[in-house]
Amino acid sequence: MTLLEAEQLSMNFGGIRALDGVSFEVNSGEVFTIIGPNGAGKTTIFNLISRIYEPTRGRLAFCGRDLLRVPAHDIAALGIARTFQNIELFEHASVLQNLLLGRHAHARGRFVEELLFLPRARAREVAHREAVERVIDFLDLQAHRDSLVVNLPYGVRKVVEMGRALCTEPRLLLLDEPSSGLSVEETEDMAFWIQDIRTVLGITVLMVEHDMSLVSAVSDRVLALDYGRVLTVGTTREVQAHPDVVKAYLGA
Amino acid sequence: MRFLLKTSYEQDLRLFRDAVQRNWYIALGLALLVLPALVPTYLVDISLVFIYGLCGVSLMVLAGYTGLVSLGHAAFLGIGAYAHVYFVQDLGLPWVISVALAAAVTAGAGVLVGLPALRMTGVYLSIATLAFALIIQEVLTRWERVTHGLKGRPVDKPVIFGVSLAHDAAFYFLCLAALIGGLWLTANLLRAPTGRAWVAIRDSEIAAQSMGVNRARYKTLAFAYSAALMGVAGALFAHKVGFLAPDIFSVLLSIQFLLMVVVGGLGSLHGALFGAAFVALLPVLISEARDRVPAWAGQVVALAGKDAGAAAFLGVDRFVKQPGLEPGLFGLILVLFILFEPLGVYGRWRKVQLYFSTFPLYKRATFRRQKTYMRSERLR
Ligand SMILES: Nc1ncnc2c1ncn2[C@@H]1O[C@H](COP(=O)(O)OP(=O)(O)O)[C@@H](O)[C@H]1O
Ligand SMILES: [Mg+2]
Repeated sequence: MTLLEAEQLSMNFGGIRALDGVSFEVNSGEVFTIIGPNGAGKTTIFNLISRIYEPTRGRLAFCGRDLLRVPAHDIAALGIARTFQNIELFEHASVLQNLLLGRHAHARGRFVEELLFLPRARAREVAHREAVERVIDFLDLQAHRDSLVVNLPYGVRKVVEMGRALCTEPRLLLLDEPSSGLSVEETEDMAFWIQDIRTVLGITVLMVEHDMSLVSAVSDRVLALDYGRVLTVGTTREVQAHPDVVKAYLGA
Repeated sequence: MRFLLKTSYEQDLRLFRDAVQRNWYIALGLALLVLPALVPTYLVDISLVFIYGLCGVSLMVLAGYTGLVSLGHAAFLGIGAYAHVYFVQDLGLPWVISVALAAAVTAGAGVLVGLPALRMTGVYLSIATLAFALIIQEVLTRWERVTHGLKGRPVDKPVIFGVSLAHDAAFYFLCLAALIGGLWLTANLLRAPTGRAWVAIRDSEIAAQSMGVNRARYKTLAFAYSAALMGVAGALFAHKVGFLAPDIFSVLLSIQFLLMVVVGGLGSLHGALFGAAFVALLPVLISEARDRVPAWAGQVVALAGKDAGAAAFLGVDRFVKQPGLEPGLFGLILVLFILFEPLGVYGRWRKVQLYFSTFPLYKRATFRRQKTYMRSERLR
């Protein structure tokens, strides 16, 4: 079943054409990876799906719904969560608060209930906390619960950010370069987590990644992008062997 | 060393961290109850600490938690003060209803400022709020039918449910109750999704949005809530000063409010209170110093010779009676805090606390901020 469908997406920044007629489909239950040299337009695709940018042309659909009619703050409630290439955590808040914010899409409460902290607001907080604790257990973040994000090493922040996205209980998880800045060991952990996210939690993953060992370890299908255009889509091996991809990377 | 063992999620929802902290607050509460008996002459000054405390909490929500720095908060105080006096003295409404209405009116003004502010950030927003404050001051001057313009208008003592609170001690308790109420409501919001959404907007708007936070809604809400608190503070402030004139609600007062949250420590309610005590009591200290310091200086220098002593007395006397001393001192303190203690008084207090609770294992590095150069404004 098709979960996410992008059709002829184009995006111009002034004179720069970041995306030029990109089409692809992400199927339910797969790990779909986008690769491409720097500046190819990978992050731009994510920003279009998150509705941070308005595409110049094209169509985006999630579960058959037109995404371009949904405002950015309703994307999480639809079931799409993301991480950012340069980590966008709430730095002066604790890990716990960051993860709890991941529950915001489910935090429909009345202002007055919160203002007076009525029993219903309290019960909701406890329920959110339980959901957050499941993610903490899943990602082994117990030791960092109460640390401020500013005081955490880079590798842990990366995991916290993924945890925050998981707290929204997404159907589709967007990971922007999950291994960048991580050590080899941390990258291996990341590969296991991505596999678990797919098999244990049943979440579809769309990711942008450079590390080919991680890409080949977890991806079902790979899309190669260059100068805003799709070069090819296929298994990791097919894509790696594709002459256009080789050319894009070696700059022949 | 003290360890805190957590056994249930409820524990993290409590307002007080543990029994020790709760007992300290109870002790503080008792001290505040008996204070009127101990220092009757300073009650009015301490009432002002409570009123400013409410202002501090208000600006802390906006600037400290949501990251929207307002340079015009005195305007909300003014709107609240004039609205309350108008409702009580011109319309004859009951006191409690009048305060509630004043809060509603200021909240409305907060929404009016908040809506255009949705498109602005940082300095531009601050300038917009500054402009708003100047406009409000102008309105307060011109709208004579309600405000009596530059002539000003006297304010009666509060009468609540037929009980007159003319006595200083009664007013003291009224302000204390308002402050505690405001603190409680704010602490509730801060431990609920609303407070987290505010912090999220402060630290990363983009991420907040992608996690489902409606920026427009929560920014407007922060403005409205902050303004409503300011409105209540304004009503009390009107009674405290006893006479309203537009020039009270000047930019200088707005800057003092900002000083409160910066000196106290951005991002904590404790900080707002420390800052309020500081800003409300500094003028008292200065006026005490005005009376005493010249004489001390005279006496000290007189040891070197009588004439020198007299000259020193006159010189110091002239210096401390300079009109610009107070704003100058406020400005100097603000700059020093930003340079040397960005976490404010509350941050310093936490360090001292940590030092004792982890003695002898305290590590200076715990509070040293790591610099990161990874974040970029553009999302690439
Ligand atoms: N906000 C922006 N303003 C202007 N140009 C942008 C913006 N975002 C991306 N671009 C441009 O779009 C192109 C693709 O960028 P991006 O999607 O970030 O690449 P990457 O594949 O490395 O993630 C680049 O040429 C970049 O300069
Ligand atoms: Mg990128």
